[in-house]
Amino acid sequence: MLKFLSQFGRYVLLLKKVFSRPEKSVIYYKQVMHELVYLGLNSVGIITIISFFMGAVITLQTAYNTENPIYPKYLIGLGCRDSIILEFSSTVAALILAGKVGSNIASEIGTMRVTEQIDALEIMGVNSASYLILPKIIATLVFNPFLTLISICVGVLGGYVVGTASGVITTQDYIYGIQYAFIPYYVTYSLIKTLFFAFIITSVSAFQGYYVEGGSLEVGRASTKAVVFSSVLILLFNVILTQLLLS
Amino acid sequence: MIEVKNLNKSFNGHSVLHDISVNFEAGKTNLIIGRSGSGKTVLLKSIVGLHEIDSGEIWYDDILFNKLDFTGKKEIRKNIGMLFQGSALFDSLTVERNVRFPLDMFTGQSMDEKLERVNFCLKRVDINKANKLFPAELSGGMKKRVAIARAIALNPKYLFCDEPNSGLDPMTAILIDKLIKELTEEYSMTTIVNTHDMNSVMENGEKVVFISNGHKHWEGNKNEILESDCGPLNDFIFANSLAKQLKEGKK
Repeated sequence: MLKFLSQFGRYVLLLKKVFSRPEKSVIYYKQVMHELVYLGLNSVGIITIISFFMGAVITLQTAYNTENPIYPKYLIGLGCRDSIILEFSSTVAALILAGKVGSNIASEIGTMRVTEQIDALEIMGVNSASYLILPKIIATLVFNPFLTLISICVGVLGGYVVGTASGVITTQDYIYGIQYAFIPYYVTYSLIKTLFFAFIITSVSAFQGYYVEGGSLEVGRASTKAVVFSSVLILLFNVILTQLLLS
Repeated sequence: MIEVKNLNKSFNGHSVLHDISVNFEAGKTNLIIGRSGSGKTVLLKSIVGLHEIDSGEIWYDDILFNKLDFTGKKEIRKNIGMLFQGSALFDSLTVERNVRFPLDMFTGQSMDEKLERVNFCLKRVDINKANKLFPAELSGGMKKRVAIARAIALNPKYLFCDEPNSGLDPMTAILIDKLIKELTEEYSMTTIVNTHDMNSVMENGEKVVFISNGHKHWEGNKNEILESDCGPLNDFIFANSLAKQLKEGKK
């Protein structure tokens, strides 16, 4: 318990350093642009592939579990849409990003720590925490909602392509289903969750990397810890946010 | 001038530096020597503020550095250049951008002015046609030179070098030592160098401080060091057989 409180205290202190006034806004702006490409744009591919197959599988599973004449076929489209919007495009995509982006951030910052690059920044009088972490947090907060929207669109498309190709649903039923009883707030809910998850992934992973002590072995461990802790926190906050936003 | 008074530092209750007091003189190359694990790097990192000290005082000219807040230290650090043991160049930046980095962060110069300064610093350390290379593409000696170029980009008043010639062949090590000495004289910097290389001591040792097990045992200069009667220092200096033979031959 004491160790947890100590780590939490260090995390809060690190965030305080991260959100202190930047030295030179122009430099930070350039860093944010770089991170938008590195952490955001480079994740579009994996999110697209995963979302397409998630949508496809949800459609097939819904179809095979509702093979009853009393259920209208369009419910397959509706089920696919709501599952993707409410859970898959925000939470599952966040878990995937915790693996890809989280480990990347922890190992990058961790390597900078063990090779004294962070010390070099500090010696120059640069607030290393802010310089290294703030642009990553801003970039993921800005770009991850777009990843979620892309994931929703591609997921629904994946459900349509595989659903109609396998013959479990017609085009008309699927289109009707995804339009039926649509609640726009669900998208807002998904985007709010995405913002929280983006912050968790970036800040927790950066924290793990920033305080690495030792060598390459410890950097690897920090990278693993970053993924594990981010994933657990994402699942925990998923429950809390769902209760707060949907109850 | 940098003055250290009664400095103590421990890690997790284990004392690493004991009551160190020493003056590092301006315009000179000051060397901290000692065996691996003697506390040299901890002392150097304590002086630049990378380690919080337990007690004591660190003065940069007439400013008590260790009592300053982050902003105060930041101002002093703009006058500090440091060469790390592993060079600590930023992997993701080219040579040019590494050297330009402090200029980008702390000056309002135009790009042309910054590039002119970068090229001057790189030329000064004898690095040519490497502006667009990344640190991974450089040799150990070139990395050290680029790190020196970055350290002097802002015309620092204080230069710190942690094991500047570790991992280098003897000839490159001598060149790096000469470069540090020349730059110290050229810019009238207060330079502090951590080393366990006796060649460096005999080349650059205008002031030498010997540390063993976290204690300061001896201070003097390169002319006095061979005549010292300090036991731990003699054990350190004459550890190899060639040095022993030289000493005996001298007698």
